[in-house]
Amino acid sequence: MTQLRAWLTADTPVSRNHARAIQAYLSWRALASNPLTMIGLLIVVALVVFATLAPMLAPQSPVAQDLTQRFIAPGTQYLFGTDEFGRDILSRILYGARVTLYIVVLVAVTAAPVGLLVGTVSGYFGGWVDAALMRITDIFLAFPRLILALAFVSALGPGIENAVLAIALTAWPPYARIARAETLTIRTSDFIAAARLQGASGFRIVVGHVVPLCSSSLIVRVTLDMAGVILTAAGLGFLGLGAQPPLAEWGAMVSSGRRYLLDYWWVATIPGLAIFVVSLGFNLLGDGLRDVLDPKSS
Amino acid sequence: MSQPLLSVEGLEVRFHTPKGIVEAVRGIGFEVGREKLGIVGESGSGKTMTGRSVLRLIRPPGEVRAKRMVFDGNDLEAIDEVAMREIRGRRIAMVMQDPKFSLNPVMKVGDQIAEAYLVHRKVGAEQARKRTLDMLAAVKIRDPARVYDLYPHEVSGGMGQRVMMAMMLIPEPDLLIADEPTSALDVTVSMQVLAILDDLVTQRGMGLMFISHDLNLVASFCDRVIIMYAGRIVETCKASELKQAKHPYTQGLLASLPRIDRPVGELSVLSRDPAWRDGPVVVDGKMVG
Amino acid sequence: MIEVGNLEVSFGEGAAVIRAVRGISFEVAAGETFGLVGESGSGKSTVLRALSGLNPNWSGAMHVDGQALGKRRSKAFHKLVQMVFQDPYGSLHPRHTVDRVLAEPLAIHGMVDVDRRIETALVEVGLGPAFRFRYPHQLSGGQRQRVAIARALILEPKVLLLDEPTSSLDVSVQAEILNLLQRLKRERGLTFILVTHNLAVVAHMCDRLAVMNAGRIVEEMDVAELRRGEASEAYTRQLFNASLGYNRARARELITFE
Ligand SMILES: Nc1ncnc2c1ncn2[C@@H]1O[C@H](COP(=O)(O)OP(=O)(O)OP(=O)(O)O)[C@@H](O)[C@H]1O
Ligand SMILES: Nc1ncnc2c1ncn2[C@@H]1O[C@H](COP(=O)(O)OP(=O)(O)OP(=O)(O)O)[C@@H](O)[C@H]1O
Ligand SMILES: [Mg+2]
Ligand SMILES: [Mg+2]
Repeated sequence: MTQLRAWLTADTPVSRNHARAIQAYLSWRALASNPLTMIGLLIVVALVVFATLAPMLAPQSPVAQDLTQRFIAPGTQYLFGTDEFGRDILSRILYGARVTLYIVVLVAVTAAPVGLLVGTVSGYFGGWVDAALMRITDIFLAFPRLILALAFVSALGPGIENAVLAIALTAWPPYARIARAETLTIRTSDFIAAARLQGASGFRIVVGHVVPLCSSSLIVRVTLDMAGVILTAAGLGFLGLGAQPPLAEWGAMVSSGRRYLLDYWWVATIPGLAIFVVSLGFNLLGDGLRDVLDPKSS
Repeated sequence: MSQPLLSVEGLEVRFHTPKGIVEAVRGIGFEVGREKLGIVGESGSGKTMTGRSVLRLIRPPGEVRAKRMVFDGNDLEAIDEVAMREIRGRRIAMVMQDPKFSLNPVMKVGDQIAEAYLVHRKVGAEQARKRTLDMLAAVKIRDPARVYDLYPHEVSGGMGQRVMMAMMLIPEPDLLIADEPTSALDVTVSMQVLAILDDLVTQRGMGLMFISHDLNLVASFCDRVIIMYAGRIVETCKASELKQAKHPYTQGLLASLPRIDRPVGELSVLSRDPAWRDGPVVVDGKMVG
Repeated sequence: MIEVGNLEVSFGEGAAVIRAVRGISFEVAAGETFGLVGESGSGKSTVLRALSGLNPNWSGAMHVDGQALGKRRSKAFHKLVQMVFQDPYGSLHPRHTVDRVLAEPLAIHGMVDVDRRIETALVEVGLGPAFRFRYPHQLSGGQRQRVAIARALILEPKVLLLDEPTSSLDVSVQAEILNLLQRLKRERGLTFILVTHNLAVVAHMCDRLAVMNAGRIVEEMDVAELRRGEASEAYTRQLFNASLGYNRARARELITFE
């Protein structure tokens, strides 16, 4: 153990991977030193675990109706109670985690790289490339997210895939903006000039030099945005435009439960709490990542 | 020198890093009056950290401790952040070592200077602009109106330093900490800029902490010099007597300078003696401790 | 080795155009060290950036090693001419290890024997293999400048453009870097163009120098003349006097030359 620690804090790394391991370890130490960040990370990890293990963890099928068991309050029989069709809310929350995770991952892997690429290319090459890409970005930015998503979903029809597509389409422009702003400050630096002097191509410089410096602030931003994405997805679900019944989706659950809010509070409140906790988790994690990844601090 | 403007005793700066504690400044004491105090020493000797700790600009994992740190009757350790903000910039200003890093890369340099003025003065934008142009002219920038509208990457290295200087001088501080303010300036411009600082010290009674690598410049410009090594002051002397320094470290630095008047084959480089870290120090030509 | 004829560089367009370099000419023989000194903002860095190909907006004629230079430079040109920048903090990518910094030029030029070349380059600049996998933030200013020099030399260029390579370093490190440059020059027969504000450094390093002011070369001289303080132009004399140290009376007499 002490040997491993010494290896991970060595002053003179002996190989490429060793250098990377040290860097990762030091970042991890910095991240771990903030308890709020750790709470955030715990929540996000829990989301992943619950989502993957949902079939094993859920006591019932999320769609199995039992009209004799309607509106049972949270208790020993049903931990989180049952809803208007007598479905077990705990199971629905667990399966709903899959939907949430699916949305979050899909948005992150589509919107972030697109925004990063558009922003860095635009910022690095400048000129007409920049003008063209930024006008497109502006067009997307001009629409409020929920409205554009609504328009999209009404055009393509409701459903979880279209909701994700709509969210991703509206999520990338701010990332492009951030990446571009960052690129503008990077592209005049001497290390970029040095790379050009070695004969590096524009593509090589963008991918190898600019992107690594922009990605940390982007990762932070994406993490912080995840709360908003979850809420938008929930909002679409709430409006009946996202996931379609009987699929368990937290927003849709809040929506259908709200009719019984006064008599059976748990039906809407528990999925609402789930949304809240997961959003909070992403926010805390994002804040912590910002402290660690901020290029100015290194 | 009646009452020192700034007096520091037992200043320590340490950094808590994953690999242990780094002691950047190890218990130093000095006073700055309305005079030009030079601080020299090799890279990493703690010059910048000394300057920054006066302004309380050291952030975690850095930690500052001092037995005493008093600026014009204000205990810099005791006052709260609000009072500190009042002092910082307005009464004590610092020209940072790296102008290109300290300037906002996507804002015009003129606007950045004007903003520094507006923060401390209740004047209109038009007047701030005028003041800024005057200030740019005062630091010998050619064509201030053009430079006002440039972005940091469009100004040359030396212009960047003068922009930074203008920004720090515009609120008319009582104490200026200048961290290598002229390292990128050519000798004539640097002389002119130093003359401005000289006037501010002799006529307006400003105090100046002048951090530099340039031993010749410090010897000819400053009143007193402190020489730092490994976070400690190893020698203090009158600037005019720097060339006769007694400490082997100072002598080593002087010996490594190239000379204009005659060729030197290989420049001598410093061989560091471990005893310098905690050994005796020289005060005005006399060994102490 | 290097011939520059009537070089002009401007920035901006229309009324706001700045003529940073206004028709300068000079020649540097192979194996020579040529100094460029002058007022800050006089266009010294701009000359180097035009010569190295970083700034394509120039006119005039430039030749390196007998080849006329165009706006776009070939890979072969980059192998021939390399540059070291002033600011050792800004010239290394903060997220790249020394290893990556040195491996990249080799990869771009498809050179083989990467490991051996990197290790030799590090030894040559006096760092040694222990520094190979460090990040820039683990290096001091002088060590970073050595890495920057190693990066410039790993392609085995003939010409090295040095833009104030030691002005942000302390005097003992400056002495080390200058000694290093002198040694590498001797061993490899390099040609240097050195921009600096420090006339003592020029006197130590250079064979000849040109004094620039407001985008023009006002005087060319050799180093013996510099040592004797024999300048024919008023601006050069002023520069020489100023380099003797701060003097209040002399500072007042300084005038701006147009
Ligand atoms: N964030 C940090 N973490 C750990 N050590 C630090 C940190 N910042 C500075 N130091 C250490 O503090 C010491 C003093 O640094 P300082 O910047 O004051 O040197 P300096 O004398 O100004 O050098 P230079 O001439 O290069 O500017 C150095 O040894 C440095 O390694
Ligand atoms: N990208 C740019 N856009 C506009 N003007 C520029 C740009 N780069 C340089 N200039 C201008 O060109 C002139 C010469 O600049 P240069 O950097 O060559 O000066 P220098 O002689 O190297 O000065 P220093 O010694 O201070 O580094 C300056 O007036 C500067 O403002
Ligand atoms: Mg410093
Ligand atoms: Mg320059």
